Amino acid sequence: MPGLEVQGVAKTFGKTPVVDHVSFQVAHGDFVCFLGPSGCGKTTLLRLIAGLEIPSAGRIVLDDIDITARAPCERSFGMVFQSLALFPHLNVEDNVGYSLRLRDGNRRARRERVEELLELVRLPGMAKRAVSQLSGGQRQRVAIARALAQEPRILLMDEPFSALDAKLREEMQVEIRQLQQKLKITTILVTHDQREAMTLADTVLVIAHGRIEQMGAPLDIYRNPANKFVATFIGSSNLIEVEVTGADRVRFGDHTIEVASIPAAALPGAAATLSVRPENILVNRLASGHSGGLSGTITFIRDFGSTIEARIDCGGREIITVSPSAQWDGMQASDRVGLQFAADACRVLPP
Amino acid sequence: MSSIDNAEFADAPERARRLLPPGGSLLLIWPACVIVPFFVVPFVLLLRASLARPGFGALGEGGFDLQNYTGLAGDRAFLGSVGFSLVLAAGVAVTSLCLCFPFTFWITRMSRRAQVVWLVFLLTTLSLSEVLITFAWQVMLAKRIGFSNVLVWLHLLPEPESLSPNLWAVVACLVYLVIPFSVLLLFPGMSRIDPQLAEAAQTMGASPMRAFFSVIVPLMRRPIVTCLLMSFIVAIGSYVAPLVLGRPEQWTVAILISRAALDAGNLPLATAMSVAFLAATALVCGILLTLGGRGRPT
Repeated sequence: MPGLEVQGVAKTFGKTPVVDHVSFQVAHGDFVCFLGPSGCGKTTLLRLIAGLEIPSAGRIVLDDIDITARAPCERSFGMVFQSLALFPHLNVEDNVGYSLRLRDGNRRARRERVEELLELVRLPGMAKRAVSQLSGGQRQRVAIARALAQEPRILLMDEPFSALDAKLREEMQVEIRQLQQKLKITTILVTHDQREAMTLADTVLVIAHGRIEQMGAPLDIYRNPANKFVATFIGSSNLIEVEVTGADRVRFGDHTIEVASIPAAALPGAAATLSVRPENILVNRLASGHSGGLSGTITFIRDFGSTIEARIDCGGREIITVSPSAQWDGMQASDRVGLQFAADACRVLPP
Repeated sequence: MSSIDNAEFADAPERARRLLPPGGSLLLIWPACVIVPFFVVPFVLLLRASLARPGFGALGEGGFDLQNYTGLAGDRAFLGSVGFSLVLAAGVAVTSLCLCFPFTFWITRMSRRAQVVWLVFLLTTLSLSEVLITFAWQVMLAKRIGFSNVLVWLHLLPEPESLSPNLWAVVACLVYLVIPFSVLLLFPGMSRIDPQLAEAAQTMGASPMRAFFSVIVPLMRRPIVTCLLMSFIVAIGSYVAPLVLGRPEQWTVAILISRAALDAGNLPLATAMSVAFLAATALVCGILLTLGGRGRPT
């Protein structure tokens, strides 16, 4: 298969396994995010791909050629580092043109290419500036232009936006996605920010403890989390311990909850975890004399204007709901409410 | 790197002033009042003595005469020795830099603990006296128990021989003396360099060697100049090592000065030698600093 293949790659520092026999493939032109909490091994995985670390086991294959033993300088992968690693002794032009200068000596061609790259990252006419004169966002763009200068086969980015403030970060995210689509360059980006991964990537790899917990399109992962870790790490989720009672139902306390499907491995009587997103729970005012159905008492309300978040105590278990304001029936804290879970949004996960 | 530092410290004098109580700047004057005379007075006495007629022993006697200087201008032995001292010091400075630069880089890649052990060791060697080190080298280069016996054992020499006195013994000993200074001067700058800079160069197609020379070395430009200057000055004033490990051809100006002053009792000539040599050294240092400080600060 053309593209990047990572086959059973592992890395241990001393005795600690940091990347634990990971395998996946990236097709050409894809935008892939490695998403995970800090210390999960995602940066090490990226460095293994870049050749900056040598794997303890496994192979890295690019277009059917084994590149595991190749030095970073022989891989032609552009990389944007977390610290950006711009050369402080060189100006913008020499930073961006660094890889070009290593290749051939044609100064004019190099200058034109640098100017072209600076246009691309929307920094025209900045070639002669010193790196220290640039703002955070401008440095970011220089780092991206520099990584793109050698027309890399893969662009690798290690938390590139972590140093930017929230507004600039969002702008840069949109910009990098547009740039990637325009150039159709295979890109791997490491982040711990699930919003960043969701908005940028074609494919997200959720990583924890050096292993891939789930790989897929962002919305698929959001809708069908593979396990409890993914359910809570991507967005927020109510995790409820339940007992499987039938082919499409589980029991929570005295209540039966209908779900769309149950994994084949979960036999009736087995313990399981029900994952339901806060926005998939319908909250309504409890009519007097109501019986049956799941109910609880509101303990806390946060009104965001467009949505309302409520914390509801259901027999000692807290359930968080998010409802559109238009559907909120003026309920207040300490009101009794009924809850309905949308059956097709309920996921039954291993306990 | 330090261009940012420079920007940060641009208002340092202003900030320092704010730290002091009102009128506190006066507090800063008294150390200067002590230091300046202690530097200036001996130097003035030296200058004065160098202008006395040859042969006068005591300071402040002997009238005024430029004879000492004009004599030196035609003194081949002295001019040769000045030239030799400058070349020797430059050679020692460059050699020690070539050894210490990669060595310091290697130390900065170690664990924190190992770094501390190395730095403490280097600091400790500074406390050894130049005289003792020189005699240790003399023993090491001697015929009976020295290094040549190792070469014989390795079949590189047919029989043991004495490896001193000669030029290389002097250079080796002086390089040994300046290595701790060089490492300690290079270490702070080197340890502040982000390792990702060299990695970034490698991802852009530079071999590790190329990355080292195109990124690390230019970033270390100022520490390199400081290190060269320091080694140069330590080596140029050397006295014991050339005396013990060198032949008379390898005697530095310091030896000639001491012979003129102590053996021949000609203080005016010795002081004139010092002043002339001081001027030559200052000229070389000035050139080095100008070259090193040029371009964008790094």
